[in-house]
Amino acid sequence: MAPETHDHGLDPELPILTTTVERIVQWARKSAIWPAQFGLACCAIEMMAMAASRYDIARFGAEVFRGSPRQSDLMIVAGRLSRKMAPAMRRVYDQMPDPKWVISMGACASVGGVFDNYAIVQGVDQVVPVDVFVPGCPPRPESLIYGIVQLQQKISRSRA
Amino acid sequence: MAELRTETMTVNMGPQHPSTHGVLRLVLELDGEVIQSITPTIGYLHTGIEKTAEQKKWQQVIPLVERMDYLGAQSNSLAYALAVEKLLGLDMPKRVNDIRILIAELQRLASHLIWLGTHSMEIGAVSMLFYAIRERELLLNINELIAGFRFFPSYIRIGGLREDLPRGFHDAVNAFLERFPTKLDEYEGLLTKNDIFLRRTSGVGVVTQEDALAWGLLGPIARAAGSDYDVRRYFPYCGYETYDFAVPTATEGDVFARYRVRMQEMRESVKICKQAIARITPTGAWACDDTRVVPPPKDKVYTEMEALIQHFLIYSQGFTVPAGEAYVPVEGPRGEHGTYIVSDGTNRPWRVKMRAPSFMAIQALPKLVLGGLIADVVAVIGSNDVVMGDCDR
Amino acid sequence: MDAPAIINALGPLVAGASYEAAPGVDFATIYVAADRLVATCAALRDTPALRFNVLVEVTAADYFPRDPRFEVVYHLLSVPNRLRLRLKVRTTEMVAVPTVQGIWPAAGWLEREVWDMFGIVFDGHPDLRRLLMPEDWEGHPQRKDYPVQIRKAAQTYEPLEVSEEEFKANMARDRVKRPH
Repeated sequence: MAPETHDHGLDPELPILTTTVERIVQWARKSAIWPAQFGLACCAIEMMAMAASRYDIARFGAEVFRGSPRQSDLMIVAGRLSRKMAPAMRRVYDQMPDPKWVISMGACASVGGVFDNYAIVQGVDQVVPVDVFVPGCPPRPESLIYGIVQLQQKISRSRA
Repeated sequence: MAELRTETMTVNMGPQHPSTHGVLRLVLELDGEVIQSITPTIGYLHTGIEKTAEQKKWQQVIPLVERMDYLGAQSNSLAYALAVEKLLGLDMPKRVNDIRILIAELQRLASHLIWLGTHSMEIGAVSMLFYAIRERELLLNINELIAGFRFFPSYIRIGGLREDLPRGFHDAVNAFLERFPTKLDEYEGLLTKNDIFLRRTSGVGVVTQEDALAWGLLGPIARAAGSDYDVRRYFPYCGYETYDFAVPTATEGDVFARYRVRMQEMRESVKICKQAIARITPTGAWACDDTRVVPPPKDKVYTEMEALIQHFLIYSQGFTVPAGEAYVPVEGPRGEHGTYIVSDGTNRPWRVKMRAPSFMAIQALPKLVLGGLIADVVAVIGSNDVVMGDCDR
Repeated sequence: MDAPAIINALGPLVAGASYEAAPGVDFATIYVAADRLVATCAALRDTPALRFNVLVEVTAADYFPRDPRFEVVYHLLSVPNRLRLRLKVRTTEMVAVPTVQGIWPAAGWLEREVWDMFGIVFDGHPDLRRLLMPEDWEGHPQRKDYPVQIRKAAQTYEPLEVSEEEFKANMARDRVKRPH
């Protein structure tokens, strides 16, 4: 059933809002995405700048960057992934509990970037499933925030 | 009563860790909290920049080299450009040198701000990160003004700069230089006499001057141990000998001494920047005269045939550099930084090797933290100002 | 001090050594034979007139297909005397170079990296294993007869295995062809 035909009425007599469980659950999930720290290289500095006061990501729900992947929802792969690091990254991804999402930040994480050589994995989607790709080298913090907002819209569109 | 087990415990501070400044793996053997042995493993960010650079033309290597030490990006490109210009035998006009010095010092400020923010955050003063990044945003605004890009402007090129300074550059830099020293006073007021900060950093990670030099640790680490080696004083480049600045040193060689040395270095950088911006005219020469290397201005390209041919040759085939080798060190934010270049006379480099100060700092890490506590590892890595992109290249 | 002056200073200190001054645009460059390397470095570090107390870098360059193929390059710095020096040792794949880790401890990882990237063996090095590449990697990437890109998907649970044909196909795909 399309969500638009649902009656989200606010009864003026009784303070009750009606909706579906799915929408509530997805709203809760998307409003408080806590990223795991997975900054690899230069994009990690832009990710830190995004978390800082000028482009505050806490306004969008990502309040804390968790140190442990077992307590986080989102893995922002920020930086170039080398072949040596790929098994470690897969392990970190496997340790995250469901539901989990992955944002591939920057050109190196998305397609290998400037580094077309033996050492860099040409796109982290060879190792983990990616939900949003954010291009740039490094992407501006506003681009990454746009990527997170796109992820939030993707979450609200998908089934719980 | 149960037997007390006394063997050592092995703990892995894995490649993904909030406090290792990137992807560094440390395997610690602990007796309680005291470190018995520590084995660093690097290579998790190895990017093969040096091999890739052999496939690119000389000017195309500049963005690659910038992404190596991503916090001191423009000192990387300065080191590379100086080495290639040495082989080419080019001399820069004075204005270009002054602008290069200004950019290098602003880059040093940006790098030291991240050092200050992350080091203090890892020791426990989390709000320092937000203050430091707030100041750094102003510096990144200046980068954006000159080249449109916050992080890796590729503004320093072989043969000079990419283009002339934009309007508003002097105002932006002067506004920053007026505001910054008072902020530095605030940050020092937060940390320097803070009891917790002092107890976590005094006497921790001590290195003597002879050890620092024997292990190849140059830069703020050696200067905090008593040496006064600074490439800007010993082997001046770009005209640093005409600037008036002091090289801060300390004698204790511990984490707190390195903190004091870097804070004082920031003040000296502000001094250099003020002298440089006073010497730079708003418009003027932005590259040397050599037409083999520097592309002609765009209006000439559109109207004159020779300029068009020159532009085409430089951007399609690239210029050739005479055969030979060169190594020109610069004083990067982390220490002596240089690019060793071997040319075989063609339009692509034969070998590019960057000397990485963070590499030496991690190699010396066991020497600095053995016998200390786990918490000291975090403090020492932060004080060595290690950047894994620089270490692994 | 330029290269001939340093060679004159070193001559009486190291027995049986023959040095060759090379032209250099930046600072003095000297070729030394591998068997005299350790004695030369000890003399360079300890003689008061020279006092090269910092080993700035150890690296190598591959001049394939020239024989001898490799040149191991040492950059030295003397802080008290404000001098820089470049020492070069010519070697091949089969010949080992003695380690200078006993003289400057900084050489430990630098020589490991040279082994990892080029395959030059350092005699007497306590711990010669892979540093930048994964431990099970085959081949030495910065040699000239190694491709820039290996087109294979990343492996996370098994080691990466590249067959001979894939290796040759990768070499042919390099944009800049080197003779091999």
